[in-house]
Amino acid sequence: MTAIDTTRPGSDAANKDGPSRLTAHGVHAWFGNHHVLADVNLDMTPLEVTALIGPSGCGKSTFLRLLNRMHELVPSATLAGHIELDEVDIYRGDLSATEVRRRIGMVFQKPNPFPAMSIAQNVLAGAKLGGIKLADRDATVERALTRAGLWNEVKNRLSMNGGALSGGQQQRLCIARALAIQPEVLLMDEPCSALDPTSTRRVEETIGEICSEVTVVIVTHNMQQAFRVSQQCAFFLATEGEPGHIVESGPTEKMFSEPDDQRTLDYVNGRFG
Amino acid sequence: MTAPLLANDPTATPPAPVDRITVVVRRSFGDRVFHLSARAAGTLTLALMVLVFYFLLNASKTFFKVESFSKFMTDQAWVPDEANAGVGSLLFNTILVSFLGVIMAFPFALAAALYVSEYAPRRLRRSLTLLLDLLAAVPSIVFGIWGFFFLMPRQRHLSIWLSHELSFVPIFKVTDGQYADSPFIVGTVLALMIIPIAASVMREVFSQAPPVEREGALALGGTRWGMIRSVVLPFGRGGIIGGMMLALGRALGETIAVTMLVSVVFTRSTHILHQGSNTISALIALDWGEASPIARSALMAAGLVLFVITLLVNVVASMITSRTRSGSLTEI
Ligand SMILES: Nc1ncnc2c1ncn2[C@@H]1O[C@H](COP(=O)(O)OP(=O)(O)O)[C@@H](O)[C@H]1O
Ligand SMILES: [Mg+2]
Repeated sequence: MTAIDTTRPGSDAANKDGPSRLTAHGVHAWFGNHHVLADVNLDMTPLEVTALIGPSGCGKSTFLRLLNRMHELVPSATLAGHIELDEVDIYRGDLSATEVRRRIGMVFQKPNPFPAMSIAQNVLAGAKLGGIKLADRDATVERALTRAGLWNEVKNRLSMNGGALSGGQQQRLCIARALAIQPEVLLMDEPCSALDPTSTRRVEETIGEICSEVTVVIVTHNMQQAFRVSQQCAFFLATEGEPGHIVESGPTEKMFSEPDDQRTLDYVNGRFG
Repeated sequence: MTAPLLANDPTATPPAPVDRITVVVRRSFGDRVFHLSARAAGTLTLALMVLVFYFLLNASKTFFKVESFSKFMTDQAWVPDEANAGVGSLLFNTILVSFLGVIMAFPFALAAALYVSEYAPRRLRRSLTLLLDLLAAVPSIVFGIWGFFFLMPRQRHLSIWLSHELSFVPIFKVTDGQYADSPFIVGTVLALMIIPIAASVMREVFSQAPPVEREGALALGGTRWGMIRSVVLPFGRGGIIGGMMLALGRALGETIAVTMLVSVVFTRSTHILHQGSNTISALIALDWGEASPIARSALMAAGLVLFVITLLVNVVASMITSRTRSGSLTEI
């Protein structure tokens, strides 16, 4: 928890708008004729971490990818409903897909740093891709890596290949890469499922530190993790032959102790899924 | 496993004897058949290469009795019956037209490969891939005829324009108005011929760029071109180089199309718009019919040189293409 960066330069680093609110109203998703999500309503609030839980195949990843317009990259994928970033519809407004993705970052299940780039280049990749001019590259690299809890491990080898790090370090590099362009929201799809316990703890600490600056939405299969890192929680379920939907959502405390729905209680206690 | 950890420790008890077994993996019948036929095919290919090499070496012996190998490698003239022949200018001209072809082909091959693998609508992708592979198989005589009857008269205008407007570039200099059969024309036809092969190899490699990295770039707000630059091109670098080398190999050895277009010279000139070009394979094809036994032996010797060079280019090409990617360490 000592990794909070006190040296951060004001103008360049401070998130102009602060974390944003992301809301989903009546969202549906299809792959071809396969209806995989139905009528999802969820409010992802700033300054809180929202965890998405539920058994495999219930549409958590699909929902997450709808939130930053990655869903549409799959041929045949379609959707319905409204997703709003601070009251602006990300599908119908003036926002382009690239703009949406710049403002709503994503960390994937499998660490995917750019293997041909150095650690520093990886962190700066988002700025380069978006044509963003950085006032101070070194400061941006240091700040992003610090926030992702990786700075101390790599500060002496920033020019080393990003692909040569361990899996846990690669994942934190991907977090740093996403944070470097100062998104308002960060989506994480099972970010720790390929990591060892120590790396998992580091990532969880990171989430705890960044949630004051970006709205975090995390998919996790690990109930303890959901309990540790999130303040809000949504339970997804897809019953046989039916599209996935949210059974229940609310404060994590409540979802884990006295949920309204019996299925939620069963799931968080590991009785199915 | 049972080696004592502290070999020098006097108190260490000697390791207990263990039963060691050797596990014999028995291949199934199908496995064995496949294994044998794969090995046979591989051996046959190698044997054929060695045979061709030996044949060329043997056939060129007659000429190497009248002229030394080192003189042959540097001699620019081609009068084998007077023991005055070599690949000095031949090799130069072969490499000149081949490189011209490769340089002109490169941007088009790269663009075609990127279009098919990254930009073409998904529905068209398969047919375009097929089309590229089909184009790669068009017989070279087709290119030769087309180059001779269609391209040469028209490209003349371009040659004239280039030599006038860009006369300060030494390689574009033409003073006597002779524009036909130039290395530029031959190189252009070669370029058209090798674009499909090079594009096909590149496309194959581009299509293997890892989807997770592509998504990583897009999720950072990258455009498609940004994603291509940061993921696809770095990943495909080996394929780009390998594809171009493979194309170079084909250009170096191309005979028919070139034979139709060259007007044989034995000088070393870099004036690529000027008449007069030559390649080893074209010379062999043109001269073989009327050649005396000693001249045939000299042509064989030239063929031997071409064989070795083409082999080298192809070996390097396949090494580069199959080399694991620079970031192979990323697999966790
Ligand atoms: N690219 C795709 N094409 C077709 N169907 C898909 C695709 N991705 C996911 N699906 C389907 O959508 C459903 C939800 O998948 P997903 O969102 O990955 O679930 P989760 O992340 O909760 O495990 C599954 O039935 C899955 O088979
Ligand atoms: Mg998933």
